Amino acid sequence: MQQGADFHTRVEQALNNTQLKASLRSAMDGLMASRKACFPDADELDTLRLRGAQIRANALSKLPQLLEQLEQSCTDNGIRVHWAESVDAANEIVLGIMREHQAELLIKGKSMVSEEMDLNHFLEARGIECLESDLGEYILQLAGEPPSHIVAPAIHKTRHDIAQLFNEKFPDIPYSDDVDTLTRNAREILRKKFYSAGVGLSGVNFAVAESGTLCLVENEGNGRMCTTVPPVHIAVTGVEKVVEKLEHIPPLLKLLTRSATGQPITTYFNMISSPRKPGEKDGPNEVHLILLDNGRSRIYEDSELVNTLRCIRCGACMNHCPIYTRIGGHAYGTTIPGPIGSILEPQKAGLDNLGELPVASTLCGACAEVCPVRIPIPKLLNRLRYERIRTNHDGTTHGQGSGRTLMEATIWKGWSWLHRNPGFYRMAMTLITRMRNILPRDFGPWSQVRKAPRIAAKTLHERAREEGFNDR
Amino acid sequence: MALSKFRESYFGDQPLRGSEMAERKRYPAKPKKVYFFATCLVDLLYPEAGLAGMQLIRREGVEVIFPQDQTCCGQPAWNSGYRNEALQVAQRQLACFPEDYPIVVPSGSCAGMMRHHYPEMFQTSGDQDRVDAFAVRVFELTEFLVHVLKIDLKDLGPPVKIALHTSCSARRELSVAGEHEALLKQLSNVKLLEQARKEECCGFGGTFAVKQPAISAEMVSDKAHAITATGADVLVSGDCGCLMNIGGHLDYRNESIESRHIASFIWERTHATGR
Amino acid sequence: MTVKAREAILQRLRNRQPSFDTPSQAVAIENPVWSMEARIARFKSMLESVRAEVCIVSPDSWTETLKAVAAEKQIDNLLYAKQGPLAKEIEVAWGDTLLPKLVCDERPIDEWKEQIFYHTDAAVTSARAAIAETGSLVLWPTEHEPRTWSLVPPVHFVVVNSDKLYNTFAEAVETEQWAQQMPTNALLISGPSKSADIQQTLAYGVHGPTELIVILLSSIRQD
Repeated sequence: MQQGADFHTRVEQALNNTQLKASLRSAMDGLMASRKACFPDADELDTLRLRGAQIRANALSKLPQLLEQLEQSCTDNGIRVHWAESVDAANEIVLGIMREHQAELLIKGKSMVSEEMDLNHFLEARGIECLESDLGEYILQLAGEPPSHIVAPAIHKTRHDIAQLFNEKFPDIPYSDDVDTLTRNAREILRKKFYSAGVGLSGVNFAVAESGTLCLVENEGNGRMCTTVPPVHIAVTGVEKVVEKLEHIPPLLKLLTRSATGQPITTYFNMISSPRKPGEKDGPNEVHLILLDNGRSRIYEDSELVNTLRCIRCGACMNHCPIYTRIGGHAYGTTIPGPIGSILEPQKAGLDNLGELPVASTLCGACAEVCPVRIPIPKLLNRLRYERIRTNHDGTTHGQGSGRTLMEATIWKGWSWLHRNPGFYRMAMTLITRMRNILPRDFGPWSQVRKAPRIAAKTLHERAREEGFNDR
Repeated sequence: MALSKFRESYFGDQPLRGSEMAERKRYPAKPKKVYFFATCLVDLLYPEAGLAGMQLIRREGVEVIFPQDQTCCGQPAWNSGYRNEALQVAQRQLACFPEDYPIVVPSGSCAGMMRHHYPEMFQTSGDQDRVDAFAVRVFELTEFLVHVLKIDLKDLGPPVKIALHTSCSARRELSVAGEHEALLKQLSNVKLLEQARKEECCGFGGTFAVKQPAISAEMVSDKAHAITATGADVLVSGDCGCLMNIGGHLDYRNESIESRHIASFIWERTHATGR
Repeated sequence: MTVKAREAILQRLRNRQPSFDTPSQAVAIENPVWSMEARIARFKSMLESVRAEVCIVSPDSWTETLKAVAAEKQIDNLLYAKQGPLAKEIEVAWGDTLLPKLVCDERPIDEWKEQIFYHTDAAVTSARAAIAETGSLVLWPTEHEPRTWSLVPPVHFVVVNSDKLYNTFAEAVETEQWAQQMPTNALLISGPSKSADIQQTLAYGVHGPTELIVILLSSIRQD
């Protein structure tokens, strides 16, 4: 996907799209209200969030050990575990499994890691059909677009858009913009695909180390279809998704579904611990788990930035973000958009590619306030702003110092000098007040939609002296 | 490690909310003297707000000291990634407030910076104990008036309808949105109206407003719409950054609504000689 | 290749393991504990809020309810497990009833996939337990009641006893010591299949059952 350089262009496009703005606003308002209604007791929520943060921090603190334990438990259960350092490697593993089974169709449940891998295009280029089965993802695949939200991928589309899309792609099916009819049509089309697919692919919401269990959260049943009906199931996940114990799952599940969509629970919570056992009448004969690194181990090394990896992908930070609400997911140009994307993606792709994202925030803190695992997102955005301009590069975050310009650095150096030399500061401010009527009134972009602030006739330093407030 | 310690050390990275916050904030008894840290925006653009804040405190019988060497808390550089430049400025501010008096700040944003981010900022400078002792002395003006001075306001002004915009840092970093409202509700002739999505950021964000002007413009425009839709005569805020942003946009649109810092607004309505 | 990757990833993580302050003590969450009446009421209202049907019936008359609801929904054939825990009672109750017709196929699903995908109206299964807080059914599919049964037919009947109605998911996991005995597939089902992917509008029956009918066996009468 296109990155960094044309962020501003995409922002402009999004802001000029009035229909997008209206869809996003009403969708985000709805999601915020549902979440709020789901957490009526503030103290209970605080405790639950503390617990969620603790579980995820605990898992990260033992990450290499837990990954080995997960591998062992899965292997004992008959799940085949693969490791991939890069998305290319992960794609090759999927391709290898497809070829081994001479499978021509891969049917996918919703998985952001497969988006990160760009698996659909990879397989299509090799002559293998790769079909999305989550309703939202399926719609986007028909439209040839990436998801714009991690939980509600087609949130930027109206039902009329979708009706037209279906009509274009399936001219034999009578046109309808009725949501139930559209859903029924998709059900019929995809049912045939579940029936015939050689391999099903899913993501993983949580992987439990002690029992070798892969947990999947969903409402539609497509995730269950993909992991039950085809003879082979491939699960793809980032290495950070592991948790230590099964008892950690109930609080995380509670936090995830409530934070995401304000649901007390999703329709299905699917826990997979092995392939079909002898005597069982269905379920895949093979289950594969692909553990993907793709930059996560680099994020892991910094004791502050590692908290990025606590994320359980609920999307609450985007739902509550005033910037996401205005520009939508596509403007970010990344797999994961919104506040969490603005800390995660630049660390993966390098600040030289996506350094703009941590800057494009007011640090208002609405994201951190709702994060179910208390990721201090504004603090990490601030940290990345520092990484972006720092001069002593230690090589941990890619693209360190790439956003530094001589002009900006000089301005801040001058600013710093003035503000730590109070005599000069007072003189300068007094001078500005005395020249206020002849100073320029145009402050560049600020003045496009605002009147310039009015400089006072006298500074507070002067007024305080005049009014008899002591200096010490 | 004990749980309480764990919360402090591990989750100290994020301000706590609700009852936890109240538990952690310790307000001192009414002191004899306080320091006033005015902030750079107040100094140059809203000195009357700073003066009003100082006068409100002085009227309660507390001596207000305004160290003439104060400049800026350092937040603009800190939020732009220029940490060393910010630290140097912050270190200079510390030197301005040597005595153990409370430091009152008429801004949620700058108070939040000094209370919550200074300790982090000084992590590598070796002044940790000194900055920790400093940070706990920092109070945002409205929380100081409510909890420390327990101020009792008598409204002398004419009836007026107002809207309140609480800054994100006042609301989320310091949890003083309630204190803003409590003070305004003491004013008997003031009708506080509530705008839609009052918790949402106004789009100022310091340098954000010039680095992402298009998004910022959209945000401030939505905010201004929500405020004018209430029919308020005056927009009140405890932060000059937000005032400059929303007020500047309202003026640009030639709206008749006037924007005032909460300190000026309260002082003018409760001061005997009035406007 | 994947072995090399494994070593490289683990090595990097081990070398770089950051320092964490992790507490010895877990943050305690207070999970709700309700009376049986309250649990049943909660279970019912949670499920009904997502358009599932809940029938609370006494343990000796539930098959009548199953028959009646199936007939009312004009179900032609009903899949049941001949060797499952519900079989005896169902067979006795059905006697020579013609509609809905009881069907069962004990072959692996692959051998009668078309039948279950396109020609089966409804399935009835048992549930291992239920959860009041979220209105969830706990299914651990077995060789007699396979996974597909609760997924593919458009209507799913579930029979569960209220003595297995836990307050919360956490309580079920802990009491039954799941960690030691996870099955191939453990499921929580909390309503019929649904989606809000088209313009935030809820639609039911996307890929799984359109209707979920829960028969909760309880000697406590509720109206």
